[in-house]
Order: sequence, then C-alpha cells, then structure tokens
Amino acid sequence: MARQLMKGNEAVAEAAVRAGLHAYFGYPITPQTELLEYLSRRMPELGRAFVQAESEVAAINMVYGAACTGSRVMTSSSSPGFSLMMEGVSYMAATEIPVVMINVMRGGPGLGNISPSQADYNQSVHGGGHGDYRQIVLTPGSVQESVDLTVLAFDLAEKYRINTVILSDGSIGQMMEPCELPEMQPLRGVSTEPWAITATMGQREHRMLSSIYLKVSDEEKTNIRILNRWRQIEANEVRFKEYYLDDADFAIIGFGSAGRVALTAVRQARAEGIKVGLLRPITVAPFPVQQVAELSKRVQGILVTEMNGGQMLDDVLRIVKGNCPVEFFARLGGVVPFPDEILSEIHRIAKGPLSVDVDPRSAWLDRMAAIVN
Amino acid sequence: MDLPIQEQVVYEHPVALLDVSTHYCPGCTHGVAHRLVAEVIDEMNLQSKTIGVASVGCSGFIYNYFDVDFVVAAHGRAPAMATGIKRCLPDRFVFTYQGDGDLASIGMAEIVHAATRGENISVIFMNNANYGMTGGQMAPTTLPGQKTTSSQTGRDVEQQGFPIRVSEMLAKLDGASYVVRRSLHDPKNIRQAKKAIRIAFETQLRGLGFSMVELLSVCPTNWNLTPVDSMKWLEDHMVPYYPLGDYKVHPAVAEMRI
Repeated sequence: MARQLMKGNEAVAEAAVRAGLHAYFGYPITPQTELLEYLSRRMPELGRAFVQAESEVAAINMVYGAACTGSRVMTSSSSPGFSLMMEGVSYMAATEIPVVMINVMRGGPGLGNISPSQADYNQSVHGGGHGDYRQIVLTPGSVQESVDLTVLAFDLAEKYRINTVILSDGSIGQMMEPCELPEMQPLRGVSTEPWAITATMGQREHRMLSSIYLKVSDEEKTNIRILNRWRQIEANEVRFKEYYLDDADFAIIGFGSAGRVALTAVRQARAEGIKVGLLRPITVAPFPVQQVAELSKRVQGILVTEMNGGQMLDDVLRIVKGNCPVEFFARLGGVVPFPDEILSEIHRIAKGPLSVDVDPRSAWLDRMAAIVN
Repeated sequence: MDLPIQEQVVYEHPVALLDVSTHYCPGCTHGVAHRLVAEVIDEMNLQSKTIGVASVGCSGFIYNYFDVDFVVAAHGRAPAMATGIKRCLPDRFVFTYQGDGDLASIGMAEIVHAATRGENISVIFMNNANYGMTGGQMAPTTLPGQKTTSSQTGRDVEQQGFPIRVSEMLAKLDGASYVVRRSLHDPKNIRQAKKAIRIAFETQLRGLGFSMVELLSVCPTNWNLTPVDSMKWLEDHMVPYYPLGDYKVHPAVAEMRI
C-alpha cells in the first residue's frame, strides 16, 4: 500500500478504523482533538459508533460498557482528560476486559499547557487509578510507529483482556510524516467470547461482568490472577529498539519523542567518534528490564533522557542497581529538548568522571539552574 | 357429578426473576420494582435480548436477582455504560436501574446527557429520598427538613439547598421521549407503575429514544419507620413534593397502542 503524508492523530484514528474499531467515545482536548474530529466523520460513514461524550468521565464509562460487549473500542485524550478517565481505567482493569486508550500527553501538572510532554509516565506505568492492576503501555516515536502500535494495541488488549495505553505526546500527535496504513480488517460481528455481555439470545446462561468482589478471598484471587497474567506479559511482550549499542561505551535510554531526539544526538556523537548507543523502549510496561540490566553491566555509563522529571529514571535506577553510573537529562513542562542539548550531555558524560554515588536527578536539577534561570 | 373446574393463574413467579431471596431490608420497595420490571420483561418476551446495567447503591446486586445479562457500572455512570452497550448492540434491550444518590447526584451529568442525546435506553429511577446503601445520608432528593445521618437536625435548605425534581428537569430536554413519575406505596400506584415501565420499554423497542420511570420508594430502615408507616410517610410527604404524573410523553409515544 502506498505511503501517505498524515498527521499523527489522524493516522492513529485511521489505523484504529482499519484494525476493526467498532466504537469510539471521546471528548475534545488539545493536542488530541484531531483524532476525535477524524473519527466523528469516519465512523458514521462506515456505520460504526461514534459518541462525543459530555466529559472524559462519561467517555471512559461508555468505553467500559462497549468493551463489556466484546467489541473493539477505543478512546483518546490528553493528560488532564486522561486523569478524569482514571475511574474507568481502574474499573476496566478489575473487570478484565480489552480496551485501547490513547494519551497524547501535554505539559502538566494541572491545566499545564498544550505542548508535548512525557509527564504521565507514572500515571500509566505505575497506577493512576486505584487498586492493584497493571496495563500495557506502548510508546511510539513516529507517526508510522503510532500506526503500527495502534493495530498491535488491539491485539494485545484482546490477547490478555487488559487495558492497553498508547502513550504518545503532542509532537507525535501533531507532526505530519509519511506512513503506511494497514489493510482494512472486516468488522467482526457480535462477540462470541465466553465472557462477553451480549444478552443470552436464549442460547446460554445469563452472564455478569463487574469489578466488585465483596468476598475478600475472591478479590485476592482476582488480584493474583491479574499479577500472574502480568508475569506472562512481561515474559512475552517486551518490545524495544536498539541503536549503535553493540560496541557502545555509553548508552542513552529514552522513549517516544525523547528517544527520537536522543537518536539524532547519538548519530552526531558517533560522527565525532564517541561510542554511544541508544536503547528506546517501545513497551514501557512491561519494561525492558533484562535489556537494561545487561546494558548496565557492559557500559561505562547510562544517560536517561525524558520529557518529565525522571519518572522512567527511577525504574532504570532500580534495575541498574549501581552496576554503572546513571546520569539524567530532561526538559519538561512542555519543553522539548534539542538534539544539541543531548549531544552536550553526551560530551559531558564521555569526558567524565562519572560516579555511581551521584543522585542523577539532583545533579541534573543543579545543572538546570543555569539553563532555566 | 363433576363440577366444572376453571383454573386461572392469578400469581406466578416471573421467569426473568430468579427464585432467590434478596438482600433487601424488610419493607423495601426494591423487591416490588424488581418484580414489576421482571413481569414486563416476561410480558414483552424480552428476557433473551436484555442487558441490564446495575448501579452503585442498594440495587447494586440486582444482577443476582434477574435471569438476564448484567454489567455493574461505577457510581452514577450507568447511563454512560448503557450508551456504550446500546451503541455496539443496538438490537438488544438495555436498561439501567439507579437510585437517587447514583442518578441525581454523582451521575447527574450522565443522565442529563443520555436523555438529551435521546439515547435509546430505558432507566428505572428509584427515589427514596436518601442514600440507603451507605446508611441513610442526605441525598439530592432528601426533603426540606428531613432528618438523615448527614442532616441530623433536618435538611436545612439555606445550607444544603433544595431537593432536585429529576423528572421535571429531564422533561425539558428535547431528546427525552418518555419521562414519568409513579409511586410504589399502594396497589393502585404499583399497577400504574407497571404500566409506565411497559410504556418505557416499548419506547426503546420502537426506537423512540430515551425513557425513564421515576419510582417513589420507601426506605424503612433508614427512615426509622415500620414498613407500613413508611408507606404512609411516602404518601404524605414525598408525593406532595414529587407530584406523580407524566412529565414528557413524546407524541410518537402517546400514539403507541399496547
């Protein structure tokens, strides 16, 4: 199929349609709105369901209902709207149903701004909603990857009956790039899944889907079932990309837009003869734990770069366990780092000295004082 | 000589209602409302295509009592969840069953917008003027001066505002096709309530849009009244504040002949 120039948000919307999206429920919020606008005309054109809800709270609960029917459903939002969805996120995780959610992240906390950010990492990777649950979190670094991960998200969500989040950001959502869209999949009929709520049609016993387990032993079993499923996901679904790591003395770890900017800096550094590589996690949940651990045993130092205050940094530190020094660089609050800034960090790290005793966030904040003041 | 025997069934258990004991308090009208809903489902032969949406509150366990598919919504979100289900499976019969705390307080946005979209779902709205499940706190429907565990000297409208008359409010929305209030305090009113539920369900089956039946209900346990006294209290205090009647009957609904 021919490549076409598409805006990130619209490409994701069309990819979802082609992946067999049955119903979409959402609420406008910048920088995600084109996704909703696109589907507002595309879904009815195909005779599929589109509802612009009265709020993100309503949208996610519409998604909850629709997902209980076993249909392919999706919502999308951006950071403040995603916070409002956390109620439904927790309920859906507890009900163990497949759902795809897109978060086109923007600067925060609070109302923040409409510029790209990665500050919702913890919200998606380490919770957000109440209770013990996990969800798959995919982080695209380009329009093409957004398309590919959207299709994958539906498959993973259904394979494991789990919430699947595409953690994108304002730059990926707004940029236009050439991309190849998937083939149109036929829309499935009424779900035949053994858990789907489709009415008995006189063919079977009645069913119930809920998130309530009043008997604490049942709730404990459910929690353990969710955790055991997560172990399977950790074993099977870790995805990442490696660049120039084979002979690297130093490694950068960054996801999404930050990883993409870092790649440009890595290429410039390589041109200068600095042996630096990049590990770009595609799944930040499950996190590429083994890859980071192995990397930490063979490089002289790791630079974590993000567009937040070091949320993934904490995960990396937990895995590295002092095997090698870890440094940190970030721009945040809607500011996107330039490749030059990361190149300067590579220069600094290559020059050394590095120490495992330095608190990377604290050291970065000290250096930031000169930049932001 | 054999006498001619004529048998007529005057009472039987509705097929859609499971033959189990409920967890409801003695004298509670949820049992009456459940039975009415089940009878109408039976009469309309809807059981196999029905999906119920339970809410949060005393009726949250309604799925234990009906032989139909059910989901359980988050507090107040039943109309949103029903919307999601109905949009995916438009030929199924979808109803929510919500209390007044659920529908008129935390779920006010969801019910208003489901109604204004003309969402083709039916809502059974149980109004007993308090939060029953959590132990009798003030609800948006608690009457002025009514004592609850969170308005212990009586609802003070200067501090806590006035009760919301939901049916009157939703009736103003163009998307709402059938919005009525009935009561469950005596046999005559119960029969009228059943007829309203039938019309509400027919409204959905004919694709005529949003329907809601508000049912004035008792809560003897939290009202600190006997079941008989609570029926009297409903009639004397709730009916005057929440007048029974048809607040919105779309002409297409009015034309229906059942």
